[in-house]
Amino acid sequence: MKNQPKSSHYLDLIIVLFLKEMKVRYKSTSLGYLWSILHPLSFAFVFFIAFKVVMRIQMEHYTLFLITGLFPWQWFANSVSTAPMTFLGNASIIKKVNFPRNILPFAAVLQDMAHFLFSLPVIVVFMLFYGKSPGLSWLYGIPLLLAIQFLITYGMALIVSSVNLFFRDLERLTGIALTLLFYFTPVVYAESMVPEKYRSLIYLNPLASLMINWRNLLLNGALDPRHLTVSIVYGLVIFGLGSAVYKKLSWKFGEVI
Amino acid sequence: MNTPVITFRNVTKNYTLYHGLTGGFKNFLFRLPKAIKQIRDSKYCVLKEISFEVNSGETVGIIGRNGAGKSTLLGLMAGVLSPSSGTVEVKGKVAPLLELGGGFHPDLTGIDNIILNGVLLGLSRKEVAHKISAIIKFADLGGYITQPIRTYSSGMLARLGFSVAAHLEPEIILLDEVLAVGDADFQKKCMNKILEFKQSGVTIVFISHSMDSVREICDRAIWIEDHRVKMTGDAVTVTKAYQSCN
Ligand SMILES: Nc1ncnc2c1ncn2[C@@H]1O[C@H](COP(=O)(O)OP(=O)(O)OP(=O)(O)O)[C@@H](O)[C@H]1O
Ligand SMILES: [Mg+2]
Repeated sequence: MKNQPKSSHYLDLIIVLFLKEMKVRYKSTSLGYLWSILHPLSFAFVFFIAFKVVMRIQMEHYTLFLITGLFPWQWFANSVSTAPMTFLGNASIIKKVNFPRNILPFAAVLQDMAHFLFSLPVIVVFMLFYGKSPGLSWLYGIPLLLAIQFLITYGMALIVSSVNLFFRDLERLTGIALTLLFYFTPVVYAESMVPEKYRSLIYLNPLASLMINWRNLLLNGALDPRHLTVSIVYGLVIFGLGSAVYKKLSWKFGEVI
Repeated sequence: MNTPVITFRNVTKNYTLYHGLTGGFKNFLFRLPKAIKQIRDSKYCVLKEISFEVNSGETVGIIGRNGAGKSTLLGLMAGVLSPSSGTVEVKGKVAPLLELGGGFHPDLTGIDNIILNGVLLGLSRKEVAHKISAIIKFADLGGYITQPIRTYSSGMLARLGFSVAAHLEPEIILLDEVLAVGDADFQKKCMNKILEFKQSGVTIVFISHSMDSVREICDRAIWIEDHRVKMTGDAVTVTKAYQSCN
């Protein structure tokens, strides 16, 4: 009763949906690249003005500090904030063909991950400008953190995109939640600036350990094993949760969409 | 060849009515017990314990009034809807449901839609690439094939959809009133293609409000009314009975 694809066919499906997403979102590929860099850079600019120029934060290379946190954050935020529309925007496909629908959020998150990867050279340029250079640890560190962030992001995207079909106002809630999460995550400030008595609360934030490690890796070429473990656990839990929610709801997609 | 490729056994389809939820999260949370009860209770039964079979190579017409549940039936066959109880068994490669306002994404070009369509159906990208020129030729949309499909008329969309389905070598084709919007020329082309399909043993399920086309194309017809199969049998007999009833 279904066109269950073989694994080689999964790849074709992902490629085609990936390219489709690219076209639909950015209309053209070259401009898409520009957006993926301009967006986090403009954010970095705003925070630079607010915290460095106006509030005079005590930190050297604050620009570099900002973008090494903001770029990976943007990937997460983009994926999750567009997730409510992932299934809705593909309503006509879902109503016509039976295929594994989770490929849609998968391709969408992959898309944002690709944009993040494309933006890494920008970080390198800034590093060179400040007299730093990429370390060898990037070779294993980047794939590792990519995998963890993919698990977390895809899991969240599955939850948000599935549930949004049943509660259409989830989109607004997602926006609010993302903003809150952003300020609770050490992205524009360092975790060392959080008052000691609150610092352990950071572990309650599923994104914090990951973002701390991104910055650690990109700036200093190091990974904190404790934060690494925490983020892997969050990755597995959120991915598991997302898969469960998807599994529970997906059979109804065709009729509620 | 009398092997059934589509088998419905005691299929019941209820739609849950989500009016309790359209109020959004806030309403839902503040009236949780009531909202849950409402979801439980507000079911709308479209099809009730329906059983029938469609044999391999058969062309079957589905007829019935607006809202009788014809599209629901087709959705169950396509596997995009799940039955509330009973089982639906479909053997073979099913072409994407063809219905009015076809096409997959308004911003994609005709060609992009063809590729997406083919891969979703189960072909590899390579196979689609081989067939694409034949599809473009059959659709006969001229320069519009490279334009986003939001610029298409509904007839053009039907042409695109039918052309794709026709060339992807599906074993089962599901048509929901698509031919109605094609012009005479294209309708004839489709008819020919459908006859060609019949000859090569493709199974076709066809929803239509035009009794003439049902009689022309179909071997058999199924009349859906009051949540059940009211009548099934030879296309001419069933359509006549349906017409005399209205
Ligand atoms: N997703 C849905 N959620 C709730 N109710 C639905 C849904 N889809 C269809 N219905 C209801 O189910 C009934 C059957 O709908 P369906 O689309 O199958 O009818 P149909 O026979 O195809 O009608 P038509 O000839 O107008 O196309 C209708 O009363 C419709 O309101
Ligand atoms: Mg219908």
